[in-house]
Order: sequence, then C-alpha cells, then structure tokens
Amino acid sequence: MTTTIAPYRSQAEGARAGFPQLLRAEWTKFRTVRGWMVGLLVAVLLTVGFGLLSANGSHRSCSGPSGDVACPSPPVGPGGGMVTDTFYFVHQSLTGDGSITVRVSGFSAPEAWAKAGVIVKNGTGQGSAYAAVMVTGTHGVRMQYDYTHDQAGLPGAVSSSSPRWLRLTRSGSTLTGYDSTDGSNWTRIGAAQLAGLPSTVQIGMFAASPDSVKTLSQGIGSGGASSSPTSATATLDNVTLQGGASGATWTGSMGNRDGSPAGGGSVQGPTGGFQQDPGTGAFTVRGSGDIAPAVGGAAGDGQAVERTLVGTFAGLVVVVVLGTLFITAEYRRGLIRTTLTASPGRVRVLAAKAVVCAGAAFATGVVAAAVAIPLCTHILKANGNVLYPVGLLTEVRLVVGTGLLLAVAAVMALAVGTILRRGAGAVTLVIAVTVLPYILATASVLPTGPSEWLLRLSPAAGFAVQQSLQVFPQVDSFYTPVNGFFPLAPWAGFAVMCGWAALALGLAGHLLRRRDV
Amino acid sequence: MIPAMEATIAVTGLRKRFGPTQALDDLSFTVTPGQVTGFVGPNGAGKSTTMRVVLGLDTPDAGRALIGGHEYRTLKHPLSHVGALLDAAALQPGRTARNHLLWLAHSQGLGARRVDEVIRLAGLETAARRRAGGYSLGMRQRLGIAAAMLGDPPVLMLDEPFNGLDPEGIVWMRGLLGSLAAQGRAVLVSSHLMSELQDTADHLLVLGRGRVIADTSVRELVAAASGDRVTLRTSERSAVMTLLARAGAVVASTDRETLTVSGLAAERIVALLTADGVPFSEVSAHRATLEEAYMELTRDAVEFRGAGARSGSTERADGSSAEEVVR
Repeated sequence: MTTTIAPYRSQAEGARAGFPQLLRAEWTKFRTVRGWMVGLLVAVLLTVGFGLLSANGSHRSCSGPSGDVACPSPPVGPGGGMVTDTFYFVHQSLTGDGSITVRVSGFSAPEAWAKAGVIVKNGTGQGSAYAAVMVTGTHGVRMQYDYTHDQAGLPGAVSSSSPRWLRLTRSGSTLTGYDSTDGSNWTRIGAAQLAGLPSTVQIGMFAASPDSVKTLSQGIGSGGASSSPTSATATLDNVTLQGGASGATWTGSMGNRDGSPAGGGSVQGPTGGFQQDPGTGAFTVRGSGDIAPAVGGAAGDGQAVERTLVGTFAGLVVVVVLGTLFITAEYRRGLIRTTLTASPGRVRVLAAKAVVCAGAAFATGVVAAAVAIPLCTHILKANGNVLYPVGLLTEVRLVVGTGLLLAVAAVMALAVGTILRRGAGAVTLVIAVTVLPYILATASVLPTGPSEWLLRLSPAAGFAVQQSLQVFPQVDSFYTPVNGFFPLAPWAGFAVMCGWAALALGLAGHLLRRRDV
Repeated sequence: MIPAMEATIAVTGLRKRFGPTQALDDLSFTVTPGQVTGFVGPNGAGKSTTMRVVLGLDTPDAGRALIGGHEYRTLKHPLSHVGALLDAAALQPGRTARNHLLWLAHSQGLGARRVDEVIRLAGLETAARRRAGGYSLGMRQRLGIAAAMLGDPPVLMLDEPFNGLDPEGIVWMRGLLGSLAAQGRAVLVSSHLMSELQDTADHLLVLGRGRVIADTSVRELVAAASGDRVTLRTSERSAVMTLLARAGAVVASTDRETLTVSGLAAERIVALLTADGVPFSEVSAHRATLEEAYMELTRDAVEFRGAGARSGSTERADGSSAEEVVR
C-alpha cells in the first residue's frame, strides 16, 4: 500500500456557481457557434426581405383626367384613425348652445348599419368632429360620435306605427343624446365631449347607408370582396331647432362636396338628396356612404402596418431551428453529459437555456420589426399606398410583439427538442403547430370557420400580437383571418401561445429530470 | 471557498438494469486518493455506466455513489470536486476548444485565466483557437483532460483517456496521471487495454458483468501472476524439456527458443543444464506483464462463473490454451 498523502484541495475556486453563472455559460455556448449567430442574422434578413418583397409588389394609383394621379389621402378623424365621412347632410349653422329634435316615422334601409337621424358636426369638412343620434337598419337607436364611439339606445325597427323621437343638445363642447317613443318621455342615451368644438357648428339631419360588401367566393380561396353602393331613405318630421340656430334655410351636402346635393357628376360614389313636404313640413332625406371608422381588410382601400411584418413566419422558422439545435445538438454529440456534469441542476439548465434562446430570439424579432416597419412603410407609401395610421403604443406593441413571438417560438422549440431529443422531428413538429396553421388560416387556404378555430387553439394564435387593424362593431365587414383579423385579441392570442410553450417546457423539465442522459 | 473534502469515490451496492441487461449488479468499491486506480474489464462490463452513475447522469436502481461523502447532484461547484472525461468526442464541432472550455468555466464561476492555464497544461496552446470539429482524437483527449482539470479537482475520473493518443501523447498522459496522483488526488482511469495501464496504475479494479472481480494493488497482482517461473532461452528445446521435467519442473514452450519453467529455482536450473552440458543463452526470473496478470485473473473469473453455470467450461478454458504443457 502507498503511504498516506494529504488529501488534495482544489485551488481553482469559482466566485459563485449560481443561476447567473449558468446563464452566462449558456450564452457563451450560444454565441460561440458562428452558424447560430449567422442564423439570427438570416432570421432578420428573411423577415425584412419578405416584407420588402410584399411592399414592392403593392401599388395603388388613381386615374384622373390626365392619366394616373396620386390618390387623395383618406380623411382622418379626431382620434387619429382613418375614417369614412361621406353621408348626406341637411344642415344649417348653430352658434352657441342649442338642440335639435326630430321624429323619425319611416326608415327604408337595405343595410343593417344604414343610419339616419340628427347630428352636430364641426363643419362639413371630412373627418371633423361630430356627435349624432340616429336610427339604424337593425341595431335600434344609437348615439355615435367622433367615428369610433357607439352607444345603444332604444332597440327595435322604425315604422310609421312605431316612430322614434331623437334629440341632440349642445352645451359648450358637451353633446347629449336622448331618445323617446312618444316625444314626451325622454331617455338620455349618453354624452360626448368634443374637445375644441368652435362656437359655430353645423346642425341638422343626415342619412347614410354603407356599401354592400360581398365575398367573391366561398371556401377555398375566399377572401376577395366586391362592394356596391346602397342608399337609405328616412322620413323625419316634427323638426324642432332651439338655441342659436339661424332657423332659416337648410343646405344639403354630400360628404365634403358642399352644395352639390345631387351628387358629383360622373364619379360613381356616394349620392343623396332631400325634400321637404311643403304641407306637413316633413323631410325626406336619402343618403349613401357612411360616417364611421374606416375598416381594413378586403373592404378597405388602405394597408395595415402589419403588412410590413409578413416575413415574420420565415424568421420564426429560423429561430425554431436554432432553439431546437440548442438542445438537440447536445444530445447528438453527447455534450449534454458535459453540460449536466458541470451543472447537475437539470431544470435550472433548461431554464437557463430557455432564457438564452428567448433573449436571442427576442432581440432578433425586435431588430427585424424595427427595420421592416419603417422601411416597408416608406416603400408602401412611395408606391401610392395608404396606411391605416396607428398610435405609438400600437407600433411599440408590433415591434415588441414580434420579438416576443419569436422568443416564445424559440422556447417552445427548445422544449420540444428536449422532449424528442431529435432535431428534425422537433423542428417539424413546432413548425407544424405554429407556421403551418398561420399560413393555412391567413393565406385563404381554409374557410373562415376552421381558420378562426386554428387561430384560437393552436400556438399560431400568437401571431395576433401583430394585428393593428381594429374591429368596429358599428361597421359590418369581413373580420376574418384572411383580411388580417384574428379571432382573439392581440395579447389573448399571445397568451394562448405562451400557454403551449409553458406546457411543453414543463413536460421537458419533467422528462429531463427523470431520464438518464 | 471550496470546502476541503476527502478525495474519494465510494460506491456501495449499485444496481442498474437496462432492459434485459443487468449492467451493474451489486457493485461496491472505493477509490482512494494518492494513486492511479485502473478501472478495467471487457466492453459491457459496466465501467462507463458506473462513471455515469457517479456523476449523477444515470440514476441507479439501488445503491449509492458518493464523492468525498456527498452525492454528486448536491455539489455546488461540481467541477472543483470531480473532473470527468467521459467521451472526448462530445464537442460542438463549430466551437473552438477555448470557447468550449470558456463556457464550462463560466458555469463554475471561473474566468478566462483558468481556461488559459488548463490549455497550457494540456499542451493545446497552438490549437486552442481552432474549431474542435477539426481535432484529431488525440487532441480531443487533451481537450477532455483540460476540461476535467478546469476546477482543479481532487478526484479525476477518466474514461479511456489513452484512446487515439500517439506514443508521445501516451507518455505525456502517463506522466500527468502519475503526478496528479502524487499530489494526493484520487485518479480513476478506465481502459480495456492492459498495456496502457502498465507502469501507470497503482491499483486495479476489475469489473465483469457489473460486478467487481478483483480489487487489488498492481504490484501484488503482477507478483502473484509471475509466480516462481523462470524464462529460459535455448536452441536445444526438447533436450531441456526432458531434462527439467525429469527433475520435477513443469515446462511450457512459449516460442521456438523460449521456455517457461516453474517448480525449479533459477540457480538449480543453471546447475542442471551446466552439469548435462545443454547449451542455453538466457535464464531469468519471469515477470508477468499486467496483461498476463489480467488474463489470468479474468480466466479464473470465467471459470468461477462457468462452474456455477455449466460444467465442462473448465476443460474448455484449458483446452483453448495455446501452451504446450509437458510434465
């Protein structure tokens, strides 16, 4: 037997070997494989590249008397959003406070959201502030203001036997709407604050009926739409003006085309007109068009900002491959044993890998979106396209959301890679549950119903975080995935995706802890 | 601060089954500091499985493995307690050797300075910034040693570290293992080639079918295997064999000119041959190689098992011997 020697004591002492050190080790692992860093760059380039292709191929022009001209820019409402503001308006000036009361005894409306009633508007310019109380085709009495706001009043349809009394009073910048079935018992519907309303405004009656929009085909390949103008006619009597109205002549105007009650010549578009019965004093007002927010998609003629992010799916594929490789390459080489020998806390190793994956993918998504959005927006505008304006917060959500989308996809890929321990299988599976449903649902492959279910249940629901288009209940449109409308709200859809990723990560942690490596 | 810890590997009653195979079958042993312990046995004997269990990578069905009294999974700075080389090929090909060591160092809270130290220790200074994918097996073994030495651990566990080394590398590895043991570390080195452990291992753990067949010091083992045999070189083979057999010795011919004699001391053999005038060129006390000692040991083990399993294997083992025995 050998002589006894004093036990050896390690001279190499790490300051600490906690989670931050593990995180640093995993990040060192990730950044030192050149192929993976190049992969992140490729993900950015693909995301931006697809956006550029799409933007370059998207042109819009309008024909004028001397060939193509730049299209007029659509009106923007007080809230900053694009609006539709062409309706038939029978009006006169009101200075200071006042009110208008009418009885609607008849309304012939082809569209559910055809509307007629009383309105106070800051001039006849398009996009100006307003508040209105109206009857509608099938949605009862409503009070609406500044395009996006909508409150319900009395339900039910209007007829000569079941008339509706409407009243709108102005007091400073406050407009209050009332309705009644008999003209004596009034119910307050709501009030609107129209900031910056000048002393003199336009007050009167209006009628509008939005275009009838139909999808061109059903089922596979649906998504195109055709629209044709409609008009609604309302009978309004017992018209009473109070306060500082001139009380003299009524002027009819169509949208921003003042003084042309019969509509603008050869241009096919909204029309309207009005008559006053000399005997009864009752008005008949006919109008087409709408006073409402502009809705994107097939029915609209603008482009959504998220159009610039169409390439996200390509970046996501790359990130999924990288997330998978981050663990399956270790299984393939046997490096996982080295990793778990250095850090025996297996769940902590998985957590550190998830953080590194998520961080790298998030940065990739944010950079890609921050480049693609301004670049492609510029090209789209140069090509004559109009973009639906979005607020700063929405734009931030799109950029951060794209990063989060890639981050969660990368974590899911890491988890599935840990579960399957095979790169090819894991990549295929993750792409099959994220990118595939997204493409099936949004590229008019599947009908609307199944598409919406896919985007509610599958991890592809997370793409909703990129939606800037808003759904307005007071506007009938095709709020379908093909048109860029997800069935879930942006963060709700993202939460569905997070749920799937959390599930996969939990299972991965459980298996990693239980299995021999 | 790394707490002072006994430099031992203690394994008690390990059992591990993979499907129909009982990989570890009530395995118990202790690896003590200050010496190189050879961990030998045929392929499939359970060497690698044991190492994985010790490192907490595989969970045993029964029994436990402790490093200085602690389970591996509870160690805070594991690489400062145990340095392991399981598979030299376990590398990401696109990552440089230095970066491979760097992430390992970071996981232990160690810095780049320690990385450069172990690179020097393993003799990889010129190749460290090249991708590991282009490394030869010998260079990978050196990188594996560098990784095992990162935490300057009191316990080292190396699986087949001689594989793929060139002669110079083998000499280097032997010297390194010896000096690490001399510093008071416990060094466990597995190998399936005895010749690699010759002049390296102080102690031998022989595994067969998941059990410890022998746990012995190399010096005693070789002495026992050498016996009192004498090696004799002569051109008159048959005359010598007849003469010595008549004197009571057992003579076996190893090759055309060499005989192995047992039962007679060297001086007595010289006297007998000289008296009869039989020419010989060399008479020396036989010293068994580690390989021979190992073969003898495992043959006994085979016989031991064979006696229990099926009778007649004893004869088969003797009959397969290439030695020509004359009594």
